[in-house]
Amino acid sequence: MRVVKDVVCPFCGCLCDDLELEIEGREVKAVRNACAVGEAKFLHYGKHERTRPMIRKNGELVEVSLDEAIRKAAEILAEAKYPVLFGWSSTSCEAVRVGLQLAEEVGAIIDHCSSVCHGPSVLAIQEVGLAGFTLGQSRHRFDLIIYWGSNPLDSHFRHFERYSTFSEGRFRPSISRRSITQFLSTLAERRIKRVTRRLLIKEREEGFYFGARRAPSGPFKERDRKLIVVDVRRTRAAKMADFFLQVKPNTDYEIIQALRMLIRDMELDVDEVAGIPVEVLEELADILVNAKVGVLYFGVGLTMSKGKHRNIEAAISLVRDLNARAKFHILPMRGHYNVTGADVVITWTTGYPYAVDLTQGYPRYNPGETSTIDVLLRDDCDAFLCIASDPVAHFPRRAVENMLKHPLIAIDPVVSATTLVADVVIPSAFSGIEVGGTAYRMDHVPITLKKVFEPPEGYLPDEEILKRILAEVRRIKGKAAEALVPAGA
Amino acid sequence: MAEGIKVILLTGRTLYQGTDMEAKGKTSREYWEAAAQVRMDPEDMARIGVKEGDPVRVSTAYGSVVVRAVKSAEAPHPGVVFIPYGPWANMVTNPTTHSTGMPSYKGVDAFVEPAPGERVLELKELLRAAYGRS
Repeated sequence: MRVVKDVVCPFCGCLCDDLELEIEGREVKAVRNACAVGEAKFLHYGKHERTRPMIRKNGELVEVSLDEAIRKAAEILAEAKYPVLFGWSSTSCEAVRVGLQLAEEVGAIIDHCSSVCHGPSVLAIQEVGLAGFTLGQSRHRFDLIIYWGSNPLDSHFRHFERYSTFSEGRFRPSISRRSITQFLSTLAERRIKRVTRRLLIKEREEGFYFGARRAPSGPFKERDRKLIVVDVRRTRAAKMADFFLQVKPNTDYEIIQALRMLIRDMELDVDEVAGIPVEVLEELADILVNAKVGVLYFGVGLTMSKGKHRNIEAAISLVRDLNARAKFHILPMRGHYNVTGADVVITWTTGYPYAVDLTQGYPRYNPGETSTIDVLLRDDCDAFLCIASDPVAHFPRRAVENMLKHPLIAIDPVVSATTLVADVVIPSAFSGIEVGGTAYRMDHVPITLKKVFEPPEGYLPDEEILKRILAEVRRIKGKAAEALVPAGA
Repeated sequence: MAEGIKVILLTGRTLYQGTDMEAKGKTSREYWEAAAQVRMDPEDMARIGVKEGDPVRVSTAYGSVVVRAVKSAEAPHPGVVFIPYGPWANMVTNPTTHSTGMPSYKGVDAFVEPAPGERVLELKELLRAAYGRS
């Protein structure tokens, strides 16, 4: 039995770096400090259905040697006129770097999961900037925390505990105890309701309404953190909030703009905005301007619904306005563990963060035209390479239909919807478990991934696979296999 | 009775979709159970006459899919239904990006109706039915 400390969890953008694993042989016996997803990922290591190198022949996937699969992938890419290289958010920055060389060599579009998660946030940040920060500040200083269109207790489970509501900071006591009391009182309330229903006592049911629900715990204490959640459903985080605003889907933009007016002391000539009474918004605006240091964490609830980047622009502008009255910050809740890293590496190399078109020999960036979904909807690309991602499961159907009209290469450690329908499957090592490297946390802090196990025979790191494909492409194109990465890099 | 209703469809991450995807893999029964479902407001379920676990058909302008109805733990949210991220959700999401690169995974107009006797397809069956290979 060996214990490995300070393991980095390769799942979400929180990139928790304090995991402890108890390992026996090639099996993880116990995981400490991780959330449910992180624990599941490590505890089931070795039990996953791993991919094998395969090529589709006569409609069926047939197992081949790794070299043959790599050669086939290189042939497809070398022949393609407008290939798309997609994925990159669940692998290391080092792999993304080689991916860029490959994109340049074959003249491809390189795009990653930002395109279908926080791409609109990037567009908005390019328009109006971002009052950013690192999560340490969130932990130690912030007294008002807002989650807007984000459900951290399902998607970023330890964000609450490590960086915001439940964390114990130098200047902020934890409110976990108060929230647990709050949670227990909700349970007790439910039990009482159930008993009264059983006793056939008719209770006066309150009908559904959009608007605010306040925590039963009463007024805030001076040094407490306040938690505000704005969402379309009463999520688990919303149940713990001091103030939960339930809004109609697709109405965030109106509500944010109304809040901006209220913060600027302007009057609203209406009684309600998108179904929310103005008094409720006034109460919320009051809480916002009275914060000492506040933060707005926003999720894909804003980027995926009507308005998209305009919602984010409004949210960032709200924070900018708030900074005239209080200290305020804003941060997108990035999903995949290295989606920020993919943004960063592609930006420092090409000048643009995602959806970069290298087909002309120089970088072009025009989301809406060069973004993967749009390329697929127009049926423009003639080959697709997918690495460390599962677009067949997570792209809308029409985009996938067009993707499958052309050769599809999938590089993945485990069987996914994409590897099931691909034309070439290349197995890879688990990044963050079997391969180290660098990843960027959602607040742009780089963290070194830890290698916990040796990969099994025949499972190469993404970086190595891409280097081999690149060398093969250069061989096909008749170029000498040059040094791919500067020595010592 | 047993007619459908107009709703707004959301898709998103859930904890179990995450754990089952990471732990058991995408071809597992657990992932199928976690992702091939639609979370509905209990009153909406009563209105169309479906119970927990019954198959329902969710249709949008972009396609339709049969998934199991599940009482939402996030209720009340009348007129709003939720399907976890995954291939089932993406049979019905709106691919339009409005020139941002981003499809509309949330806030899609949809119609939900009971689908008695219809099967909820497993991953490989779904891929074969939709894309002709698996």
